[in-house]
Amino acid sequence: MPNDINKQQAQQAYAQKLSKVQPKPPLLKNIAWAFVVGGLICVVGQFIMDYFISIGMSKKEAAAPTSAVMVFLGAFFTGLGIYDELGKKAGAGSIVPITGFANSIVAPAMEFKREGYVFGVGAKMFVIAGPVLVYGMVTAFIVGLIYWMRQ
Amino acid sequence: MQKKQGKQSIVFANPPIITSTANIGGPMEGEGLLGNYFDHLIEDNLNNLCSWEKCESYMLEQVIKTAVNKENSEITDIDCVFAGDLLNQLMSTHFALRELSRPFVGLYGACSTMALSMLVGAMMIDGGFANKVAGAASSHHDAAERQYRFPTELGVQRPPVAQWTVTGAGAAILSATGQGPKITCATVGKIVDLGIKDPNALGPAMAPAAVDTLWQHIQDTGREPAYYDMIFTGDLGSVGKTMVIQLMQEKGLDISSNYEDCGCMIYSESQDAHAGASGCASSAVVFCGYLYQMLVAGKLNKILLIGTGSLHSPTSYQQKESIPCIAHAVAIEM
Repeated sequence: MPNDINKQQAQQAYAQKLSKVQPKPPLLKNIAWAFVVGGLICVVGQFIMDYFISIGMSKKEAAAPTSAVMVFLGAFFTGLGIYDELGKKAGAGSIVPITGFANSIVAPAMEFKREGYVFGVGAKMFVIAGPVLVYGMVTAFIVGLIYWMRQ
Repeated sequence: MQKKQGKQSIVFANPPIITSTANIGGPMEGEGLLGNYFDHLIEDNLNNLCSWEKCESYMLEQVIKTAVNKENSEITDIDCVFAGDLLNQLMSTHFALRELSRPFVGLYGACSTMALSMLVGAMMIDGGFANKVAGAASSHHDAAERQYRFPTELGVQRPPVAQWTVTGAGAAILSATGQGPKITCATVGKIVDLGIKDPNALGPAMAPAAVDTLWQHIQDTGREPAYYDMIFTGDLGSVGKTMVIQLMQEKGLDISSNYEDCGCMIYSESQDAHAGASGCASSAVVFCGYLYQMLVAGKLNKILLIGTGSLHSPTSYQQKESIPCIAHAVAIEM
């Protein structure tokens, strides 16, 4: 199949040429942004958790309401159209914390409202977060199984 | 009379005349480098309508009507409309044309649609099948983004090679008689795919298609690149543009002095559009505004417009297919 080989060679040659021209993402800047923004989100979370502890909750009890407040904040700023602007700069810094998880559910829910509440919001809400949930649960199940077998 | 020339080109016997054009842009396009070359600008990406898709339909309908008005015709004088957009089943175009109720042929050439519509329209006129046709194309940043990529409010980071889909539309009226620049010849492109799979790197994926069509155009017509005052590609962006210049150089032709990409002409550096503009409207708003005015004013006399389109779909890239690309060229001369 000389044609296939030629085609492959042409593709490789083009990819090589392109790699010399294609701009690289500004790695250091992106990492710095992700570190600072991600860190700040966690600091906010820590303040909220400290508040719940100060009103008499134990550390374990405070975790759930803290997550709820952070999810609310993520959703709120997505609704205001601020979270996507933040994400553009911060990248992983705003995707990884729980606020990013809220963003990944609220963003499609807002976007697909025009297709109605069943096939729009309902069906599309988890297009981004769905895989996270599925594989999160599968992993949790496997880890749980290992833990159970070791006992 | 034989109008076919070479392998893929057409030389028109009676070159159709582009008697008028009209364009429309969104707010970001208005703030860009060509902000003064728009007939209309909408204030936000919804324009008081209930969806982005409706907004895109509105823009397409508006540019066709405006272009018809500009050359003092009635919409009923249009024998046929050739138009297309980026959305599934040409949603925006079909709803716009429902309102216009003219004979219509839908085109899908992705971002090459503007050049394609003028190419097919010119054939129809030169063939004697119509006296006046409209060619039009539209795209909408948010509508395209949600179909091809992610919801617009999702906080994702775009790589530097990514381009920004233009919100806007352009229309050109082609006529057998009248005043204006003429479409003298055209080259129909073939699909070229050099294996680029990254849907963010559309410019670099399309560059070989643009070079293929440009090269074939030169072979078929015998015109050197220097024959044209300017050669424009549709929406390759800065990276794609660099690749075109480099690939042409390898073929022994230097086009760096009279070649530009429409995608590099719309947004300024500060607008954070990364590698430039993309979408059907990229070449449509630039040609139907700035370039047409330059032609009429005599500042450009001979241009070659190469519409470039990447023909992938969300399904195709999820199935790990590479991006098939196409480019169509139309030569427009005063």
